[in-house]
Amino acid sequence: MTILQLIFYAFSVVAVFSAMMVVGSSNPVRGALFLVLTFFAMAGIWMILHAEFLALILVLVYVGAVMTLFLFVVMMLSVSRVSLQEGFVRYLPIYALIVLTITGLIIMVLGPKQFGLLQMPIPALKPADYSNIASLGMVLYTQYVYPFEVSAVLLLTAIVAAISLTHRAGKRHKSQKISAQISVRAKDRLTLVNMPSEKPSSPSSDTPG
Amino acid sequence: MDQLFLVSIIVAKIIVIVVALLVSVAYLTYFERKVIGYMQSRIGPNRVGPGGLFQPFADVLKLILKEIIMPTASNKFLFIIAPMISIATALAGWAVIPFDKINVLANINAGVLYSLSLSSLGVYGIMIAGWASNSKYAMFGALRAAAQSISYEIAMGFALVGVMMAASSLNFQTIIHAQSGGIWHWYWLPLFPLFLVYWISGVAETNRAPFDVAEGETEIVAGFHVEYSGTAFALFFLAEYANMILISTLIAVLFLGGWLSPFEGIPVLEGLFAWVPGVVWLLMKTAFFIFVYLWIRATFPRYRYDQIMRLGWKILIPVTLVWIVVEAFAIQLNIGPWFAR
Repeated sequence: MTILQLIFYAFSVVAVFSAMMVVGSSNPVRGALFLVLTFFAMAGIWMILHAEFLALILVLVYVGAVMTLFLFVVMMLSVSRVSLQEGFVRYLPIYALIVLTITGLIIMVLGPKQFGLLQMPIPALKPADYSNIASLGMVLYTQYVYPFEVSAVLLLTAIVAAISLTHRAGKRHKSQKISAQISVRAKDRLTLVNMPSEKPSSPSSDTPG
Repeated sequence: MDQLFLVSIIVAKIIVIVVALLVSVAYLTYFERKVIGYMQSRIGPNRVGPGGLFQPFADVLKLILKEIIMPTASNKFLFIIAPMISIATALAGWAVIPFDKINVLANINAGVLYSLSLSSLGVYGIMIAGWASNSKYAMFGALRAAAQSISYEIAMGFALVGVMMAASSLNFQTIIHAQSGGIWHWYWLPLFPLFLVYWISGVAETNRAPFDVAEGETEIVAGFHVEYSGTAFALFFLAEYANMILISTLIAVLFLGGWLSPFEGIPVLEGLFAWVPGVVWLLMKTAFFIFVYLWIRATFPRYRYDQIMRLGWKILIPVTLVWIVVEAFAIQLNIGPWFAR
């Protein structure tokens, strides 16, 4: 076994184990953290495949941004352990059916028949100056430029929809009026009153004697 | 045997970088207290050693000797692993920094992306710490840190896109070489708005004043690390300062030509300073940005939380978007010494 294989198996074990723990852990926050670990291990495997751009984008986008938001939401939920576990026995047959179906489908489509060494020989090692990013950009902006642009527009639509669904300016909506806050000057808040100083005509009575 | 030799050389390089970094962090804390002290007409630490020079070591000793208190209702495993994640991401970011024309630990193709993704991983240390502590203040700190780092990462990423477009590479050495030719060829000039955006988001990314709402002493005690003590706290502290130095170095590399000499292209001075090794220039540029970090901290009050979000989303991100379009036109029209192909 070479060092590369050792690294591959280490990452795979971590990926499979943490993927199982995502659904297996009783605490949703731990589940989300295990999902982070899965992404991380997958990024490691992609790195071995010389797909450094995809691996780093996976870490940057999914681990760095998407999962942070997920955690953000999950941390604020207070799901009790009991409510998560109730109904487990009742729904077990349905769970089992769904899991078996999906597993069977995956084995049928992704088995060694389709992805064995005969169908997918080991790719030749690229030269040292080969840039994964440049070739990806080439393919993305020439061959697949229309699907790429269409998906970009689709995402933009999703952003607009998400914002318009959540951001409702109404009567009950309170917000900071930034322009009013910035345009405040000292004289709006503070008035200086000029008063002639009082001079006591006789020695005042409240001085401590 | 050959592989073993290779691995031991890499390990030796890592040790050199980490030891140098830890010493810099130790003296950065001393430097910070001195600088802020003088800015506030105080003297700062001056008891331990000549001029207080051994103060960092006294602090380290104190933190090591202190007990690590584990909150009973905390999540033990995550509570312990959170500071480790913080320090690990802070140290791993140094792997791709070029110190010299040849001296770099890993000269990888996607270096810029690597450093960006590691800086985005750093938030996990904070979030896990905040959640595992099982404390309201820590939780608020974690949520603030998460929202803040997501917002400023976008601006930071767009600023980096500008640099990548100008150098047409994601490799740090190529980016530095693309800036060669003297002070006016460095990217701070053609990418000035992006330079400012990157700088501001860098300060926000490291949770330093005036963006330190994740700690916010006056509002949430100490934020995410309120339950930590002893060496566990020291790791967070270390990670924060290591990140400060890392961000300063990254600004120097991306916008100020990294290890390039500022006298390049000037007839007499270039020859006069040719003997200076590149790492000295890099350190000088880095030191400037680190000083500005401290200067900002001593000058500005903390931002209000909604103002931080507004600055990130409504000012910094639009600025980067506009400037990327401007830059794209400049590249198409082959403008200046910067975008000429």
